[in-house]
Amino acid sequence: MRVLPPGLYAGQANKVIERSALVTRRHWVIVLSGLLEPVFYLLAIQVGFGVLVGTVIGPAGEPIPYEQFVAPALLGAAAMNGAIFETTYPIYFKLRFNKLYDAMLATPLGPYDVAIGEIGWATVRGSFYSLGFVAVMAAMGVLPSTWALLMVPVAALIAFAFASVGMALATYIQSPTQFDYISLVAIPLFLFSTTFYPLSVYPAELQWAVQLSPLYHGIELLRQCAHGVFDWAMFGHVAVLVGLAAVGVIATSRRIGAMLLR
Amino acid sequence: MTEGGVSQPLVSGKALVKRFGDFEAVRGIDIEVNQGEAFGFLGPNGAGKSSTMRMIACVSPRSDGDLRVLGMDPDIDGPRIRARIGVCPQQDNLDTELTVRENLQVYGRFFGLSRAQVREKAVELMEFAQLSDRANAEVESLSGGMKRRLTIARSLVNDPELLLLDEPTTGLDPQARHLLWDRLFRLKQRGVTLIITTHYMDEAEQLCDRLVVMDGGRIVAEGSPSALISRYSSREVLELRFAPGEQAGHEAKVEGLAERVEVLPDRLLLYTANGEAALEQVTARGVRPVSSLVRRSTLEDVFLRLTGRTLVD
Ligand SMILES: Nc1ncnc2c1ncn2[C@@H]1O[C@H](COP(=O)(O)OP(=O)(O)OP(=O)(O)O)[C@@H](O)[C@H]1O
Ligand SMILES: [Mg+2]
Repeated sequence: MRVLPPGLYAGQANKVIERSALVTRRHWVIVLSGLLEPVFYLLAIQVGFGVLVGTVIGPAGEPIPYEQFVAPALLGAAAMNGAIFETTYPIYFKLRFNKLYDAMLATPLGPYDVAIGEIGWATVRGSFYSLGFVAVMAAMGVLPSTWALLMVPVAALIAFAFASVGMALATYIQSPTQFDYISLVAIPLFLFSTTFYPLSVYPAELQWAVQLSPLYHGIELLRQCAHGVFDWAMFGHVAVLVGLAAVGVIATSRRIGAMLLR
Repeated sequence: MTEGGVSQPLVSGKALVKRFGDFEAVRGIDIEVNQGEAFGFLGPNGAGKSSTMRMIACVSPRSDGDLRVLGMDPDIDGPRIRARIGVCPQQDNLDTELTVRENLQVYGRFFGLSRAQVREKAVELMEFAQLSDRANAEVESLSGGMKRRLTIARSLVNDPELLLLDEPTTGLDPQARHLLWDRLFRLKQRGVTLIITTHYMDEAEQLCDRLVVMDGGRIVAEGSPSALISRYSSREVLELRFAPGEQAGHEAKVEGLAERVEVLPDRLLLYTANGEAALEQVTARGVRPVSSLVRRSTLEDVFLRLTGRTLVD
């Protein structure tokens, strides 16, 4: 990890994760209850949409049952929402009120340790939920193939990317009402990233706009993994998410450094 | 820290400046702190003590000048320096999501200590802070003084060579203060270098081998407590207490009886080598204070002289 500036990264981000794990251990009931969310989602689509919609064209060009089309997308959306939720308000609080990061920066830890640690924890937690989601999918029989297990690392990448952007944004927030702006972006991303219907539904002139959404790239990846359809386009999708993650980590570290190391 | 037989200072700052925007909080100070020394920063509110401490602690980059801590440059070797120093900031920043014990353990982990090491260290430091019976208490449930003690204990988790304490005893009861002085004294005997800021002159006199008085971002005096007293104050002080507001009227009457006279809201302070003799002359001139007191000069008097302010207000 020597690509990171030596004065700003001590290679101890895992200690920040360890702290979060310790704190979370005390709220394990809340953590477990978070696993219920995907169950509700999946039940809703299985009971309702599945019956009404029937089949859609899947990533391999063949018609697939609607549940199998939408379930990976919901996993992606849940990973995004969870990551944003984890990194916005809690980080804002720790940064502005708890002075937690001031204390951390007085130790060998640098801003990159703080950023990577906190974003890393949001990813760990998100991955735990994704695992639950995939397990529920399997139990409900909407898992199209065993390749679908690859959705877990992909969901982790989605979580990492959005957690890093979420944390970067959290550093700019001055008062809790400003969290609404984040929702204002997250909701359209959730609705229009080919979550509920394929890209081909949009008029050709609008498709590029959908493709601007990082979540779209995450959902495409998830769908392809779910159905075991692999092609070169996947590298593009991964690159978008990795790029977003890198921008978020760097922006977060710079902001934390600028705010606290004055 | 020796190079060619010459002992290097543990901290050395030259023309050190800290700016916040256009405002200069520290205006070019020179400091040197030697191995094993207890060094103090005194000064009124806003003098720039904490700003200086934060630069030494490598959590605030200097705006100008040169700084070396443990022989390294904070701008380059921040993490390596921080690994070897302990910091007690002016404001407690304990982890409110963790218990007393966890605060110490987690902090120790940040310094790269093993789990077994931090478990042991936490027990030892809770003993030190007299918080063993509160080991599993949430930090929020502690009193202000207990939090302060925990913050101080936390700064020792990595067995620092250099300990930076920014107003460590503010908020502590007298017993806890004396206990802390004792502990700090023992750390010093073990060779730990201490840098302390304080508003308590007795603390500075007790603990510091050498100190600087800062005012408005500059160092206005430097020396050992006794050297500062003999340089900036007389041997004795005669305090004349009056009903509030009456003291100013008597100022003219005592003129010439002392080297220097300070007018405080309720008192006149007469700086003189012989307080009793001065008191006799004051009485002879018909001045009748509510009460009078002859005492030795203290750092408090030095501070008053240099900064024009009293400390305890
Ligand atoms: N982050 C900051 N941004 C802007 N100004 C600051 C900042 N920190 C300190 N200052 C200013 O710098 C000056 C020195 O502050 P500093 O905290 O160093 O004083 P101090 O000597 O520690 O005072 P006190 O005894 O009150 O703790 C003050 O005028 C303060 O307002
Ligand atoms: Mg201060």
